[in-house]
Amino acid sequence: MFKGKFIDNLPKIYGLYTGGFLVFIILMAIAEQAGMDAKTIGILFVAFTVCIYAIIGYLSRTVQVDAYYVAGRQVPTVFNGMATAADWMSGASFVAMAGGIYFGGYTYMAFLIGWTGGYVLVSSLLAPYLRKFGCYTVPDFIGTRYGGNVARFCAVVVLSLASFTYVTAQINATGTIASRALGIPFELGVWVGLVSILLCSMLGGMRAVTWTQVAQYIVLIIAYLIPIFWMSNKNGMGFFPHFMLGEEVARLGELEAQFGLVKNAAADVKAAGVPGGLKSIALPHAGVPDGAMAAWKFISLVICMMVGTASLPHILMRYFTTPSVKAARKSVAWSLFFIALLYTSAPMLATLSKLQLMDPNLATGIIGKPIADVMQIEWVNSWMNVKQAFIADFNGDGVLQLNEWFMRGDVVVLATPEVAGLPYVISGLVAAGGMAAAMSTADGLILAIANALSHDVYYKIIDPKADVRKRLLVARALLVVIGAAGAYIASMRITSILGAVAWAFDFAMSGLFFPLILGVWWKRATRQGAIAGMITGLASGTAYLIYVYPKFMGNPAWLGIDHLRFGIIGASVCLVVMVVVSLMTPEPDSATQKMVDEVRIPSGKTILGKQH
Amino acid sequence: MSNKEKHWEKTKGLMILTLAIWFFFGYVVFMFGSSLNTASFLGYPLAYYMCAQGSIVAFVILIFWFANRQEKIDEEFGFTEREGDD
Repeated sequence: MFKGKFIDNLPKIYGLYTGGFLVFIILMAIAEQAGMDAKTIGILFVAFTVCIYAIIGYLSRTVQVDAYYVAGRQVPTVFNGMATAADWMSGASFVAMAGGIYFGGYTYMAFLIGWTGGYVLVSSLLAPYLRKFGCYTVPDFIGTRYGGNVARFCAVVVLSLASFTYVTAQINATGTIASRALGIPFELGVWVGLVSILLCSMLGGMRAVTWTQVAQYIVLIIAYLIPIFWMSNKNGMGFFPHFMLGEEVARLGELEAQFGLVKNAAADVKAAGVPGGLKSIALPHAGVPDGAMAAWKFISLVICMMVGTASLPHILMRYFTTPSVKAARKSVAWSLFFIALLYTSAPMLATLSKLQLMDPNLATGIIGKPIADVMQIEWVNSWMNVKQAFIADFNGDGVLQLNEWFMRGDVVVLATPEVAGLPYVISGLVAAGGMAAAMSTADGLILAIANALSHDVYYKIIDPKADVRKRLLVARALLVVIGAAGAYIASMRITSILGAVAWAFDFAMSGLFFPLILGVWWKRATRQGAIAGMITGLASGTAYLIYVYPKFMGNPAWLGIDHLRFGIIGASVCLVVMVVVSLMTPEPDSATQKMVDEVRIPSGKTILGKQH
Repeated sequence: MSNKEKHWEKTKGLMILTLAIWFFFGYVVFMFGSSLNTASFLGYPLAYYMCAQGSIVAFVILIFWFANRQEKIDEEFGFTEREGDD
C-alpha cells in the first residue's frame, strides 16, 4: 500500500488518518445513542487522540542532528503550512478567541487581524531569508549574522522570555481541558497535559513535532467547524454560516438594544460574589466604537500582534524545515490559509452561540427568562458548579437580564455544544480539538526554547566539541526541564489564558523584530547595534509593562498603550537604539556584508552547513 | 549595477508594494471603522465584515501573489534554486 519514501506517501497517510478520525467520531455517536455516558465519551476522545499523537511521536524518533532540529529540511509546502497552523493556533485561538469576540465584539476582533496580517511580514521580510541562511534556531541567525556569543545569548534570552510566557498559558489550557474531560483536578490535569506534550516531542524533536502537528491540525479544524455548521443548519440560520449570518448579526444588534448593554459597576459585581474572571456581555457585537482613541486602540493592538507574529521564534523556525527558499515562501501562504479557515469561523461561532443564549425565540435562549427556570437547565448547573458561570439578580426581579449572566470567556467554545443542545459527542470532539490546539503550540514553544538552549547556549557557547549523542541528550533533558517548569507555573494559575499570550508577542517584538529584519535588510547593522537594541528594547518594554500593569504599579496608560500593547514602546526603543549605535560603530566587515548578499538570493548553498 | 543589485532592487520594490497593500487592509480600513460600518456587505456591517473575513482573505491572497511574483523575479535574474543547492 505504501510504496516509496515516507514523504511521497504523506497525502495518503494523512488522508487515511482523517478518515479514521471521522470513523471514530461516528462510532462515538453510535455509542452515545446506545447509552454510553457523557463522561466516558469525553475520556475516549481525549485519550484516543493523545495516543495517536504519541504513536506518531514515537515513530518519528531520530538520532540525527538535522532531523532533530529542522526535520531534515524535507517537509513539503502544504504540510508545513498545516503544521505551522497547528503550531500557531493555540489554546487561546481555539478556546478563548470566540469567547473573546463573544464578550468584546468588534473591539476584540483586532486580534483576528493582528494574528493573521503578521504573516505578510513573515513572508516578505523574513522566512525566505532565514531559510536561505540555513540556521537551526532563531538565535543561530542572530549569532552568525552579527557574530559573537553576546548577540547570540541576548537573542536566547528574548526567545526564552517570550516563549516561556506563552507556554505556561498553553499548559494551563491543556490542564483545563484535561481536567474537565477526564474529570480530574486542574493541578493534576496540568501534569497530564505536560506528559502528553512531551510524548510528542521527546524522541524526535522537530521531526516528531512536525508530524504530530499536522495530525493535530486535522483534529482541531474538524472539531472547530463541525459545531458551527451543525448549529447554523439546525436552527435554519444558513447552510454556509460564513456567508449567511448577516441577519443574525443584525438580530444580535436588535437584542442588544432590547435588553440594553449595561456595564456593571465593579462594586456591584464584587458584592454579588461573582467569581473572578467571569464576565457579562457589555459591548456591542458588530458596532464600532466612535472616536480616534477607539480606532487607535484597535490599530495599536493590531500592530503589536502583527509585529509580534513576525518575531516569535517557534513560528519562524517552522520555515527552516522546508526543502527550499521557494517552498518557505509558499509555505507561509499555506499556513495563513489553514489559519484563516479557523479564524474566519471564530466570529461566526461567537455570533451563533451568543444568539443561542440571547434570542428568547429560540428554545435555548436564557436571557429574559425567569431565573428559577434557568437554574434548572443542566448545562447551566454544571458550569455554575465549577464556578465558570454565575447568575446575579441585581435588580431582584427574578428575571435574567443580559448584565446578570456571567460566564468565563474561555468556556464559551467548550460550552457551546451543550448550550445549543448538540449531542455530547460534539462536546467530546471539541475537547479533543482544544487539547490538540494547546498541545501543538506548547510543543512548538517548548522545542523552541530547548533548541535555543541546547544548540545556542550549550553547543555553540559552552561545549563546541560535544558529539551528536551528547547534544541530543542535552536537548531532550532540557525539553523535560522546561516543560516541568512551565507546568509548575501553570499549576499556580497566575494570569488568565489571554493576558499572558498577548505579552509573549510584546516581549518578542520588543527584543527580536528589528534585529531580525535589519539583519537581512540593512547591511550597515552592526553587532553592537543589535546587542544594544535587544537589551534596551526588552528592558524598556518590560519596564513599561511593570509601570502600567494594574497588578504591578498600575499607572495610567500613556496614549492608550496599556499592558497588552507594551511592545510598541519596546520595539520603538529597540529600533532607535539599534540604528544609532550601528551608525556610531564601524560598519560590518566585508565577510559579513558578503554573507548578507548571499542571503538575499535564493540560489546557492545555505550560509550555515547542513550539519552544524 | 550588477545582476545581484538589480535583483535586490526589484525584490525591495515588491516588498514595499506588498507591505503597502498589507497596510491598507490591516490598518487604513480600520481607521475608518465607524464610518465603514454604515455600509453593508453580504448583509454584514462592512467594518465588521472586513474584520471577520475581508482583510484575512485579502492577506491570504496577498501572500500567494507575493510568492509568485518573487519567484518570477528570481527567475528573471537567474537566481532560482536548483536541485541539490542545499
